Amino acid sequence: MRPLTLGRLFLRCSILVVILFVVVVIALKLGAVQVSLYGLGRDLIRVLLRQSSSLSSDYGLIVLNIRLPRILLAIVVGASLSVAGASFQALLRNPLADPYVLGISSGAAVGSIVALMIESQLALSPEFAGLITPFGAFLGAAFTIAAVYYLGRRDGQIDSNTLLLGGIITASFLSAIIMFLMSTLTGGNLRGASYWMMGSLSTLPPESLLFLLGIGFFVATGAIYTTASDLNLLLAGEKEAMHLGVDVRRIQIVVYIAASILTGLAVSVSGAIGYVGLLVPHAMRMIFGSDHRMLIPASALGGAIALVIADTIARTVAAPSDLPVGAVTAMVGAPFFIYLLRRRLS
Amino acid sequence: MSTPLRTPMPWAANPSADQPRGNPDVRLSVEQASYVYAPNASQAPLFTLEALSFQAKPGEIIAILGPNASGKSTLLKLISGALEPLSGRVFLNGFATHSLPPKIRAQRVALVQQESRLLFPSRVWEFVLQGRHAHGRGLRFESEDDIVVAKNALAQVGALHLTDRWMDRISGGEKQRVILARALAQQPLLLLLDEPTLHLDIGAQVDLLDSLRRLAAENRYTVVVVTHELNLTGEYADQVVLLQKGKCLRVGAPANVFQRDLLEQVFQAPLNVEMTSSGRPRVTLFSNK
Repeated sequence: MRPLTLGRLFLRCSILVVILFVVVVIALKLGAVQVSLYGLGRDLIRVLLRQSSSLSSDYGLIVLNIRLPRILLAIVVGASLSVAGASFQALLRNPLADPYVLGISSGAAVGSIVALMIESQLALSPEFAGLITPFGAFLGAAFTIAAVYYLGRRDGQIDSNTLLLGGIITASFLSAIIMFLMSTLTGGNLRGASYWMMGSLSTLPPESLLFLLGIGFFVATGAIYTTASDLNLLLAGEKEAMHLGVDVRRIQIVVYIAASILTGLAVSVSGAIGYVGLLVPHAMRMIFGSDHRMLIPASALGGAIALVIADTIARTVAAPSDLPVGAVTAMVGAPFFIYLLRRRLS
Repeated sequence: MSTPLRTPMPWAANPSADQPRGNPDVRLSVEQASYVYAPNASQAPLFTLEALSFQAKPGEIIAILGPNASGKSTLLKLISGALEPLSGRVFLNGFATHSLPPKIRAQRVALVQQESRLLFPSRVWEFVLQGRHAHGRGLRFESEDDIVVAKNALAQVGALHLTDRWMDRISGGEKQRVILARALAQQPLLLLLDEPTLHLDIGAQVDLLDSLRRLAAENRYTVVVVTHELNLTGEYADQVVLLQKGKCLRVGAPANVFQRDLLEQVFQAPLNVEMTSSGRPRVTLFSNK
């Protein structure tokens, strides 16, 4: 009997932080312009230890102004999507739940696009205008989960196959709406349909939005984390959780809103990147077990690591052209989804 | 049975308004509790559980006995507080079970269901520690006390050797014992079991009921078991609540409830009731032809 302790939690998270740091350094090195790994690592550690205030001028500009912001974006988006995925899996009691598979990301994308269109009509101040997109994405995500949840209910119980099917159909319907909006109504601010449907980290959002993304991530993940031990029990079903002392309704509402915020924020800055929320929590469960007190932080760090790697592949594999990062995650994620589905059926 | 008249109280949803009351020997008191399942208010009800009353003391085993669709599970839900009675009340040590906050309720009432579904694999000890959830706060990393309680619970049901096994790799009987251990880890006053013997072979059934009798005596639990097993009820129950089609036909000791005509009518099967030397009734079933 070895229950999770705070010490073990910190130790495991520290290991993941070290891996994330190594992955970030490698991602900073890779790209169209070659940078020496040794020199970069040495410079970064000096900066971190405050022995020096800048990187070598040979590559400092590229690394700090182009690659680093994109990597930071990948970290927050990857972490958000993974935590959202782990939360949806517990909330919907479905190991195959993922913001993308269930159409929630597409809902957030539609919400973002509609918000962008409204925004261009309204002539708002730039600080305020920047907040409309994530808000629209949040509403789109929240609305889609509600719709998929009700589609997936049979006789008052969630039926996991109906839920998945409902989600996939919803996703395809929403993708059609995205295509429609893209081809008929193109405004100055709107990026291409592939951006929203496959996801990409190539365009950096405005600074105010990045700030909101960071704050939103910590608040929403923190809120989900406070429910971690209740989520462990919720996996056994609502009734059983209630008899073990879980305030089921309250937990569901907290997780529902927080996971919608995470999905909405991530999609509003990067489009609908798929399968991160499916792959990462599963991988973390295999390594660390299914205790949400460990799983939530591990998914956040694992999601960051995974998306930094995926985005590095996306921008280097066909360099100098940039692949949508969602194409990379789908190439790994879709077969994995099939594998999980087959294993569950057998 | 004395059932003090209670007028409906609008503040009943607030447990603090309920003062502990009544006889300290009585732990569970079901007072004229009834329930109706209806799709909506305008349609005829699908099922009605008519008002019924009984009381139970610490250390007693109560069997709720009846054929399918007699209202056994509904009564259990009323007792557990999962459902609010349409009329009447269910009191546990003087508090209405339905109005207790989930956490407090889980510290006092533990429910063992027929099957516990698992979405992701978990170890036996992880499963049993779930029973400690209601005793902690916030993120609650399990304390040494929690581990001791969980180990004791496993030991009490004779499943300590299963501690590190996976839940999906143990037999049905072993799983039933582990689910019982999780309920014991809640350290409840009231232990409820819904058809606990359903998927067990006869040896495991007797094992389970022997341990229930021992636990009720040692830990002073009040145990309520829903079942349709006549002979196990006759052998182990201190009180029987006999239900048929939503009506409570009789409450009392097995020797008083187990009467041939009554049981034949309730279970729709020819049978014979004998008294054993220990004063317990034994039922023999015959073929209809």
